[in-house]
Amino acid sequence: MNISRLAFTNILSKPTTTLLSLLLMSLGVGIISILLIINNHIEKQLDNNLRSIDMVVGAKGSPLQLILSSVYHLDKPTGNISYKEAKSLNKNVLVDFTIPLSYGDTYKGYRIVGTNEKYFDLYNLELSQGKIWERSMQAVLGSSVASNKNLKVGDKFFGTHGFDDHGHVHDNHAYIVVGILKQSYSVADNLILTNLKSVWQVHEEHDDCEDDHSHDHSNHDHSHDHHSHDHSDHDHSHDHHSHDHSDHNHSHDHHSNDDSNKMITALLVKFKSPVGLVQIPRKINEETNMQAAIPLFEINRLTSLIGFGINTINIIALIIMLVSGISIFITLFNSLKKRRYELALMRVHGATRIQLIKLIFIEGLSLSFLGTLFGLLISRFSLVIISSFTNKNQSFTNIDLSMINSELLLLIAALIIGFIASLIPALSVYKINIPKILSNE
Amino acid sequence: MLTAKSIKYSYDPINTFKFPDFSLDSTEDLLILGDSGVGKTTFLNILGGLLLPQSGLITLNGTNYTDLSNKDLDKFRGKNIGIIFQSPYFVNNLNLMDNLLFSLFLSKNQQDKNVVIELLNQLGLRDKIYSKPNDLSQGEKQRASIALALVKKPNLILADEPTSSLDDNNCDLVVSLLKEQSQLNKCRLIIITHDARLKKHFKNSIKL
Repeated sequence: MNISRLAFTNILSKPTTTLLSLLLMSLGVGIISILLIINNHIEKQLDNNLRSIDMVVGAKGSPLQLILSSVYHLDKPTGNISYKEAKSLNKNVLVDFTIPLSYGDTYKGYRIVGTNEKYFDLYNLELSQGKIWERSMQAVLGSSVASNKNLKVGDKFFGTHGFDDHGHVHDNHAYIVVGILKQSYSVADNLILTNLKSVWQVHEEHDDCEDDHSHDHSNHDHSHDHHSHDHSDHDHSHDHHSHDHSDHNHSHDHHSNDDSNKMITALLVKFKSPVGLVQIPRKINEETNMQAAIPLFEINRLTSLIGFGINTINIIALIIMLVSGISIFITLFNSLKKRRYELALMRVHGATRIQLIKLIFIEGLSLSFLGTLFGLLISRFSLVIISSFTNKNQSFTNIDLSMINSELLLLIAALIIGFIASLIPALSVYKINIPKILSNE
Repeated sequence: MLTAKSIKYSYDPINTFKFPDFSLDSTEDLLILGDSGVGKTTFLNILGGLLLPQSGLITLNGTNYTDLSNKDLDKFRGKNIGIIFQSPYFVNNLNLMDNLLFSLFLSKNQQDKNVVIELLNQLGLRDKIYSKPNDLSQGEKQRASIALALVKKPNLILADEPTSSLDDNNCDLVVSLLKEQSQLNKCRLIIITHDARLKKHFKNSIKL
């Protein structure tokens, strides 16, 4: 026998009150823990996917939308920009490199992105099977795409126009899978990569075959508008999407050079020095009909918006933890009233004040510790269940369930609550008057 | 040797209890008789090291324990003094075996289950070893509280009114048991009571 064994015997001897304290503590801890894990996951994903992209150039519109669509592939594109005009940025001495992106089609919810080999370097993508494309209409699949849709090297598939399953299927242009990527824990896991030409090709001919509509302004060669983010002044009746942008960037449509009148959706830019960040975005926004957005700014804006909601829920969960502390306090205090004789008896048998205080603290702290432990387990367990219910191509899979640093703070907070809850009972034990209690009958 | 000398205690400035001096050999027993209100329980608490007297000293085998610090007094009491209270107290969440082992733990003795089992056997509690205190009968509780005081083999056993609620027959039985057990465990026994029936059992007695 020793003090800790007695403490645990005491805890187990009143299962209902113990359960209540544990339940409250694990509920509070669990809620905060879930939020911490999700927050951590989102931040990690945001950071991980941002890589070294300093600036994104795209069509005018919401900068956040541009970032979300081009870097994270979450939102819809803002529109198209001229490849030639965008490419001219490369000439700027402050620019390290640029990566063009062209997207708008999907295969069963997974986005098809036309780009070049630099995109592989940006995300350190490695092939687990096959090779990179050599010609148009060859595609490299992200690991999640391949595993969730059971695609292998050599398989063929058709892209669908737009981001839902109800778009037009480009059924006369089959992509062939030539490579599958290793898991990179980045957005690339959920992408289908191909070259720019494939995307252009699919839409050129697609547009041509549907050109029996009232397109009489053929000199515009609107077929390069492969995503049909139609600008209202063009009046394309085959507009499958509805990203209508008012007449702000129609000028690019007037390029007639065959190579340079191609359109892309966005251009990822990396600067050589931070000076670029100061000069170039403003220049683009003021002097061209393109938009330059700084991912870091937009993401900070976004996380501060999310953060407000998270803080509110955190406060509620903290209150639940405090209530649990009160419940532990009441449990200890009530049981001490009943156990006054016992505690006096222990003193008679030679227990020191410190030993009795140890007994109280072990009871209080182990309740808050166990509650925290259950809370941390509950949060992980429920996240596993939640993520099994969510769509597999959402970035909610691969969630990291290992202990987060801030959860350590949570544990410390819970222990402090348990400590404070035990403090008053412990003090009353310290001042216990043995003869009075034992002869008071 | 156990010696008590000029012990005084007062709860308020007007009434002061003055307790008689006495001295006991290592195997001698003592009966302290007194009517209600003469400070019997106070004397027991002072002798048991639970209450410090205003003046006077008590020496057990050379240690004056009215002089010890709180912590040392706790340890000293745990090792040397066993107290049997008028109403038996236990740690209610623990069974008899664990109660006795816990007493051994607190007095820093080795937790020997065989010692516990043997003692409970002697006191006729063989089949109650793993019972909770609340499941015992009144008589069993009293014997169990004797076991609880004896298990650490103290130098001094103090018993507070052990027979007050018993009939003559049982009174004799309990006193015999206490004397027998304290002799068996080689410790002195001091009984503090108002029960004059016990006089015949003791060579030494003092009146408060």
